Amino acid sequence: MTEKLFMAGNEAIAEAAIRAGCRYYFGYPITPQNEIPEYMARRLPEVSGVFLQAESEVASIYMVFGASGAGARVMTSSSSPGISLMQEGISYIAAGELPCVIVNMMRGGPGLGGIQPSQSDYFQATKGGGHGDYHLLVLAPSTVQEAVSLTMEAFDLADKYRNPVMILGDGFIGQMMEPAVFEKKSESNPPAKEWALTGAQGRKANLIRTLDLNPVKLEQHNRKLQRKFEEMIKNEVRVENYLTEDADIVIAAYGTVARIAKTAIQVLRNKGVKAGMVRPISLFPFPYKAFEEVTQHVGKILVVEMSLGQMLEDVKLGVCGKADIRFYGRVGGMVPTYEEIVTETEKFVKETN
Amino acid sequence: MVHEEVILMSSTAKAETKKVRAKVEINEEFCKGCGLCVAACPLHLIRIANRVSQRGYYPAECIDTEGKCTGCALCATMCPDVAIEVFRTKKTEGPK
Amino acid sequence: MERVFSRPRTLLPVVTHYCPGCGHGIVHRLVAETIDELGIRENTIGVAPVGCAVFLYNYLDVDMYEAAHGRAPAIATGCKRVHPDRVVFTYQGDGDLAAIGTAETVHAATRGEKITTIFINNAIYGMTGGQMAPTTLVGQKTTTTLTGRHTELSGYPIRVCEMLATLNGPAYIARVAVSSPKYVIQAKRAIKKAFEMQMKGLGYSLVEVLSHCPTDWHMTPVDATKWVEENMMPYYPLGEFKTPEESA
Repeated sequence: MTEKLFMAGNEAIAEAAIRAGCRYYFGYPITPQNEIPEYMARRLPEVSGVFLQAESEVASIYMVFGASGAGARVMTSSSSPGISLMQEGISYIAAGELPCVIVNMMRGGPGLGGIQPSQSDYFQATKGGGHGDYHLLVLAPSTVQEAVSLTMEAFDLADKYRNPVMILGDGFIGQMMEPAVFEKKSESNPPAKEWALTGAQGRKANLIRTLDLNPVKLEQHNRKLQRKFEEMIKNEVRVENYLTEDADIVIAAYGTVARIAKTAIQVLRNKGVKAGMVRPISLFPFPYKAFEEVTQHVGKILVVEMSLGQMLEDVKLGVCGKADIRFYGRVGGMVPTYEEIVTETEKFVKETN
Repeated sequence: MVHEEVILMSSTAKAETKKVRAKVEINEEFCKGCGLCVAACPLHLIRIANRVSQRGYYPAECIDTEGKCTGCALCATMCPDVAIEVFRTKKTEGPK
Repeated sequence: MERVFSRPRTLLPVVTHYCPGCGHGIVHRLVAETIDELGIRENTIGVAPVGCAVFLYNYLDVDMYEAAHGRAPAIATGCKRVHPDRVVFTYQGDGDLAAIGTAETVHAATRGEKITTIFINNAIYGMTGGQMAPTTLVGQKTTTTLTGRHTELSGYPIRVCEMLATLNGPAYIARVAVSSPKYVIQAKRAIKKAFEMQMKGLGYSLVEVLSHCPTDWHMTPVDATKWVEENMMPYYPLGEFKTPEESA
């Protein structure tokens, strides 16, 4: 049964998780994502799941480790400073090849920062955050509908790769209300997790460990993880090309900024500026190829983020010097308006013509 | 039930036959020569040997020429390496 | 003759990496005996710490997690909430439980999480070479308290049992030792009782075991056991600090 509901992003993500079979949530309150634990506290008991408010984000991520290791579909959520606290646990979860979904509703930083939206955890999400060689599969929704479908997919992806998956949103998308369709999930019976800890009944004891004092073995394990990430890079790139076929200038943006940019592009088009957008939906694996391809006919890229320039570096890598790149950013919780983006784009077009 | 019998040679080379109530076996694969069993034995039957085991430790050994061991298992209770097994003769039904 | 004492099934026949005379070996055996006697080996899931006992999974034949330092109670919580009918236990040292893991310990206890914690208190950080622990005694010399622990600089040792006993969540809190056979036998009783508490669904259970660390205390094993009795027991009295009758 397909259901269309009018929901705030935070709650929609929580509902999507439950529809995807998530029955365990461990988390800690932090603005601007408190609606997620609150929704889970109400809904999980209705589906015989378990909601537990942990004593900190540190404890939360390890409860996720425990539940995931026990074979369950499990989720946590937080916002920037809390996600920082989870980094050690995330490294352990990736090292232990455990599936789970982590939602980050980014807020102004660094430090305690602010509660308004930002995109300044891009580096943390895509370039590590925790120690060691690992990657999160990172998905960045731009609408509440997309948040719903990406969250549902995230649980399948986590099981498929035995890796944590991050939904990277921001305070804007968490709070705003939009209609979203909840597709009935296909009866995807995730394969039985023979590695899970369930009590060694009639089998050899299972072990979930991340320590190996033998560097030969530890390197082998790292290579195994590397092969997984290569598979992700091959199979899981998600990107939207918006009006790029005939564009003279392309905006690069993700999440909330991308939807604001869409409005800016419509305004620009009406003014005769052929603007388009490359919108990464997967931030890891990053759609380098999309930027490589678009710069075959476009010579200008304006990267717009709510940060001091983080995705900017990946765009530069994809473009590889083949186009002019400029950056426009707002930080501290300030959100760019579509007028600012229009102005910046026109400036870029004018100054280089 | 047949009692275990052991022929013991004393220092004066007099052969004696005695009922052995209990004995311990110290497995030198596991023994690290920590000495906790030596201190635990109430009859002081265990000592650290004057030789090095295959594991590179001076292992504990039980010297019980007079068959005094009662099988109290205090040595095994203390052993952190579970190197000691304890054996006891089953009591027989017999005329008092 | 019949064998009256031998290795329990759950304790794998592997030479341990522990120093000669270390208390860990004794406690591992008591936990293994308990699991065998209660017949729960195939229903038990353990959480190993960071510390000397990080390789617990090489010695106890049960499903096991290797936890991050201090996080075992949180991992155990996640596991037990998914498998409420399994027996879930953590095995932790004094740094793991009472330094970095204090919050996880206190909150698992206060939630009455139905898990069992075996807490090895040897008043020192063993694995990393003998630094001060939260349980190091005043005046005790360690590699980071070279002239002895001074209260003005480093405060006072934590009495974990007494602290946790103030909470309503725990069903059973006990402190034991393994410094001589009579204490080992008492320790076994407490450990078994703690597991039984969990199986009865009564709440959180913890057994603190005063243990000897010959290597980092720079003593022979026998002297180390005496040190436990002469120095640790006065500050950390043995006994049961919480039992179900009280926590009702």
